[in-house]
Amino acid sequence: MNQPRSLDAMHPDANAPKHEEVMVLNMGPSHPSMHGTVRMVLTLDGETIVKCDPEIGYLHRGFEKQCENATWTQVFPYTDRLNYVSPLLNNFGYALAVEKLLGIKTTDRCDYIRTLMGELSRISDHLTALGAGALELGAMSAFLYAIEGRDLLYDLIEEVTGARLTVSYARVGGLKHDLTEDFSERWASIEPRIYDVLRKLDQLGTKNRVFMDRMQGTGVISQADAISYGFTGPSLRSTGVAHDIRKDHPYFAYDRVDFEVPVGSRGDNYDRYLVRFAEMEQSIRIIRQCLRDLPAGPIMVDAPHVVMPEKADVYNSIEAMINHFKLVFEGIQVPAGEVYSFTEAANGELGFYLVSNGTGRPWRVRVRPPCFYLMGGIDRMVEGAMLSDIIPTFDTINMIGGEIDR
Amino acid sequence: MSKKALQAVQKKFKARILDTHDRLGNETLVVHADGLLEVCTWLRDDDKMAFDMLSDITAVDYLNRSPRFEVVYHLYSTRLKHRLRLRVPLELDGLRVASVSGLWKSALWGEREVYDMFGVDFAGHPDLRRILMYEEFVGHPLRRDYPIQQSQPRMDLRRTERDAVEEYRYYYLSNTAPPRLGEGHVGEDA
Repeated sequence: MNQPRSLDAMHPDANAPKHEEVMVLNMGPSHPSMHGTVRMVLTLDGETIVKCDPEIGYLHRGFEKQCENATWTQVFPYTDRLNYVSPLLNNFGYALAVEKLLGIKTTDRCDYIRTLMGELSRISDHLTALGAGALELGAMSAFLYAIEGRDLLYDLIEEVTGARLTVSYARVGGLKHDLTEDFSERWASIEPRIYDVLRKLDQLGTKNRVFMDRMQGTGVISQADAISYGFTGPSLRSTGVAHDIRKDHPYFAYDRVDFEVPVGSRGDNYDRYLVRFAEMEQSIRIIRQCLRDLPAGPIMVDAPHVVMPEKADVYNSIEAMINHFKLVFEGIQVPAGEVYSFTEAANGELGFYLVSNGTGRPWRVRVRPPCFYLMGGIDRMVEGAMLSDIIPTFDTINMIGGEIDR
Repeated sequence: MSKKALQAVQKKFKARILDTHDRLGNETLVVHADGLLEVCTWLRDDDKMAFDMLSDITAVDYLNRSPRFEVVYHLYSTRLKHRLRLRVPLELDGLRVASVSGLWKSALWGEREVYDMFGVDFAGHPDLRRILMYEEFVGHPLRRDYPIQQSQPRMDLRRTERDAVEEYRYYYLSNTAPPRLGEGHVGEDA
């Protein structure tokens, strides 16, 4: 067999400059390896990215404008469609904001259920992010395992809320309804299967040579840049900042459960992957503790000006009927004021800035989607890198079209 | 952030601060547009404030109130873990405020969105253009006087200066030779 010729021999002018002029390449809006509709206008020097200009807005549907024309309660279905991979977290985030404005405190049981269901949602979000990320790097089977795990969670969520994605499970002052009676047993039966999925993903990804080469040292962002660009969530934690709203500013029942905040150090794609992975294990811990400590009691606050009366009362008493009518037609009357409420969604800080003028409809609903600011910094992460580095970087940022474009 | 710190800011920038409050646990400063940059620089660099992150920028259109608009900034300190809200009231005919993108990079996109949705002009922003809407969009959709059912004019097919697809057609599908790229090009040497 002939000796293979060296690459240099085949290309004697390998060191000669090959391209004098940069090229403009449109990646997207519908690119096979970009989940979500987004366009990147890339200026390339060979395969090196000189400039990256992300263009968003393809899924813009006027979320904030629609909210101004809906009652406070009617906003819930819209929030489902923000981050459609973890809709429960959006629901709870919005509910918490309105409750702050109203000055009401939800019941203990409601807090625990929100924590519990939110963590289920967080696992499903992380599984999707990691699975889709692996798929786009060529690991089809890892994706299928991740989606199997996600579906187990969706089944559980469906049983409680009645829907897989469009859950609308939260209400101002509580929840749509309680957990199903056999929830603990159902969780006990799927928990080992989720662990199984995590183990398989770990085996397929974490120490995989190809995977590591694509992820390590790509999409790097420094700690100072990450903070300046407004990064939050796993992307900020991967740079070594232990910033987790669940720990720093606890809400719901997070101050009553024990969990750790996984932190990276290099701020590259691999660290973001590892942080997400470790977070899923912490989420399972939180769910276990919530189920162990779940207090009995009502799930709705005792506040007739906010909470719908029982159906039986509506049919049988005039007061409840009037109350029901007022709540449906005029909406919850929220006192005038402004509030900024923030929760830790799967990708980072999900903020709601609400302005009320004292009527049944919000004057302004501003949602701060975590991945808006993450995408705002993506040019910083890929400029100077190779074209192929965009794919893992885009995956670990986990941009969600519904959330960024609203 | 305590009430004391709020008072300290108010004392330091007496003429710039129009109002403060800490209702619902949200400490708020109402800042005059002229002093925004000065106040922001101090808030970022002062050791007791250390607001190193700009969480969010948005605006509110109060329509029948004067001043009609307010640009709202939410600051956060990752070290001291406290938050602060700045509100800058603006009139419709002076819808202009200094850009804080030199202090916090997150303002690069945040201000673009406020410009897109409300038409606020951020002086000193390096690349102020629409972000969610397309360039030819008429009006600013989140203003309260923009009707929710408003339709937009038809626009012509957009011609970009350099289009990768057009270039591909030119170079590879037609038989015209690509223009000379100069000395040292790979085609010349080989």
